[in-house]
Amino acid sequence: MKVGLFVTCLVDLIRPGIGFAALKLLEGARCEVVVPQAQTCCGQPGYNSGGRDIAKALARKVLAEFRDCDYVVAPSGSCSGQMKVATVHDLFKDEPDLPEFERLAAKWHELSDFLVNVLKVEKVPGKYAGTITYHDSCAGLRELGLKMQPRYLLQMAGAKIAEMDGAEVCCGFGGTFSIKLGDISTRMCENKCESVRASGAGAIVGGDLGCLLNIEGRLRRTGDKATKVLHFAQVIAGEERA
Amino acid sequence: MQLQSMFFKQRATEKLGDELLQGNMRKAKGKFVDGRAKAVAEFGVWEEARTHAAKVRDRALANLDAYLVEFERKATARGAVVHWAETAEDACRIIVDIAARNGVRKITKSKSMVSEEVNLNEAFEAAGMQVVETDLGEYILQLAHEPPSHIVAPAVHKSKEQVADLFVAAHGKPRLTEIPAMTREAREALREHFLTADMGVSGSNFIIAETGTTLTVTNEGNADMVTTLPRIHCVITGIEKVIGTLEDFASLIRLLPRSAIGQTIANYHTLTTGPKMPGDVDGPEQMHVVLVDAGRTKLLGGAMQEMLRCIRCGACMNHCPVYQNVGGHAYGWVYPGPMGSILTPVYVGLENARDLPNAATFCGACAVACPVKIPLPDLMRKLREQQFDRKLRPWPERVVIAAWGFAVTRPALYALLSRIGARVANWMGGRDGLIHALPGIDGWTKGRDMPAPAGRTFRDLYRQKESGRP
Repeated sequence: MKVGLFVTCLVDLIRPGIGFAALKLLEGARCEVVVPQAQTCCGQPGYNSGGRDIAKALARKVLAEFRDCDYVVAPSGSCSGQMKVATVHDLFKDEPDLPEFERLAAKWHELSDFLVNVLKVEKVPGKYAGTITYHDSCAGLRELGLKMQPRYLLQMAGAKIAEMDGAEVCCGFGGTFSIKLGDISTRMCENKCESVRASGAGAIVGGDLGCLLNIEGRLRRTGDKATKVLHFAQVIAGEERA
Repeated sequence: MQLQSMFFKQRATEKLGDELLQGNMRKAKGKFVDGRAKAVAEFGVWEEARTHAAKVRDRALANLDAYLVEFERKATARGAVVHWAETAEDACRIIVDIAARNGVRKITKSKSMVSEEVNLNEAFEAAGMQVVETDLGEYILQLAHEPPSHIVAPAVHKSKEQVADLFVAAHGKPRLTEIPAMTREAREALREHFLTADMGVSGSNFIIAETGTTLTVTNEGNADMVTTLPRIHCVITGIEKVIGTLEDFASLIRLLPRSAIGQTIANYHTLTTGPKMPGDVDGPEQMHVVLVDAGRTKLLGGAMQEMLRCIRCGACMNHCPVYQNVGGHAYGWVYPGPMGSILTPVYVGLENARDLPNAATFCGACAVACPVKIPLPDLMRKLREQQFDRKLRPWPERVVIAAWGFAVTRPALYALLSRIGARVANWMGGRDGLIHALPGIDGWTKGRDMPAPAGRTFRDLYRQKESGRP
């Protein structure tokens, strides 16, 4: 089974460790993993800024790069939503290459969904002896229906989950929103951090690096140096311990 | 209402610092969100009902011309007079003319967002007439000289204590702080107006083509008073409010109060078909219906048509984390929250509401809550596309997007830039790995640190790892 890893631009640039955790999980499950070197971005920042043509150009680029893979896997619900939903339902819905994007959407999976629903893994390498709380990223939750998949994997790794209030409420990242309307974004993030603190968990775990950078940035700015901010891949791959 | 939508960003920042407002908003949030969630869970077939409601609204919009003419025919047959107002000014002129012709001095009003849209109260006052809002929330705001901040709960931004102060000033009675006693006092003050008004103005949740009926849903029963006691009754409503049949109303009304405040059924449904008929004990001598376009037909057949499905329940704003934090006044016009972020630019011009389509993280909570399945984030994105094409965003933003677009479509260039960027930003992060300030961009770093990159890109490290393999 040939699996293409779509690293995502944020993981590539800021937290390569998440990419290697994903790689370890996929290879550990006997996937033949390829990482197309020319990959850059799924195009969502352009798409959500009104730059439809840039988004389409990038989607076509991704399509070409992963054409010969049986599956494509990304450690992000947001980028996966872009490639599984936005392409098919909006960007290419009236274009001749729609069938190709439909095929890409069908073989594209967010990492936790791929591990649970395609590979049907029953054990993970990670051992995490602490309590975590899970932040449901918006696109993963509401576009792709990711809810139990990451929790199932985290529990498999031994993590105890203390659900926070408003786990499904946006953290305020929203891509360029976090810069354009920084004050509102910061307040939304502060609300999220309050929920994290109230949960009593030692770590906040999520599946999208954008949200995680936002939450980590606010926790650190407000003096919390202790609460870990982790991608679930790092936990279940055994790259991070409690 | 005076247009302030161009100042969303500044107004939002101001509202974030308003501690009193923040407390009031927090209280309201739980009521709306938890209440709706409970009502939806109890309903059982919510998704099916939403799908059907969207179809009902789409059918009405597809047949808008025919339904409106049918409504006019049926309402006229029952003795009502139907007026067509193409613009906000037309609507005010028609209604003030009706009042002037009939020697009206005092008007009671039940809640109407369209009347806010066209500035009807100001038009009455300019003509020397007294107008009294009778919805409790609207009454409070009239005393406070403020516009509504929510389409269903207009005074949601006010606390009980703030209302108590307003009542003391207006009623000249001892200060009350128990809500039942306060509402009783407001009722007494309003009763006098109900009995002495010459004309009642009501909005309409729906107008029904097959019967020529206008319909207003309230919890206070004030629409009953406004539509039956004065000698003239005037309905003001947007043309998109028309639906085909009473059966359609039955479908939509199952969703409206549940979506709005988690209520299974509203207290009063005021259905009005024509004025007082021979043999009727009470009712107005004249009934007028003013059908307002004010930009609505421009949406028909275009990218924004789905917005006309809106039944004004307020669920999108109740569930919007941006609205929850800044409140309705930040949006600067009649309609706040996600629906306002679309309607305001569409009705007053995209150039006058530059930030509104961008006042969303696209978290999707509004689209999930909308009872008529309006794809609100998609519509906001379409407005962003129009802004992009018309170059309506600030130039630095446009330059950044263009530069980013240039780089990400050129893998070799992007690889080089990201390698350099990761290094530089890693260095900027210093020992604690946190960037505390970014030159020229304080949107992020004013309230947050930026976690610094690890230093090498994934692809860089991966290539090295691969080449090291036997």
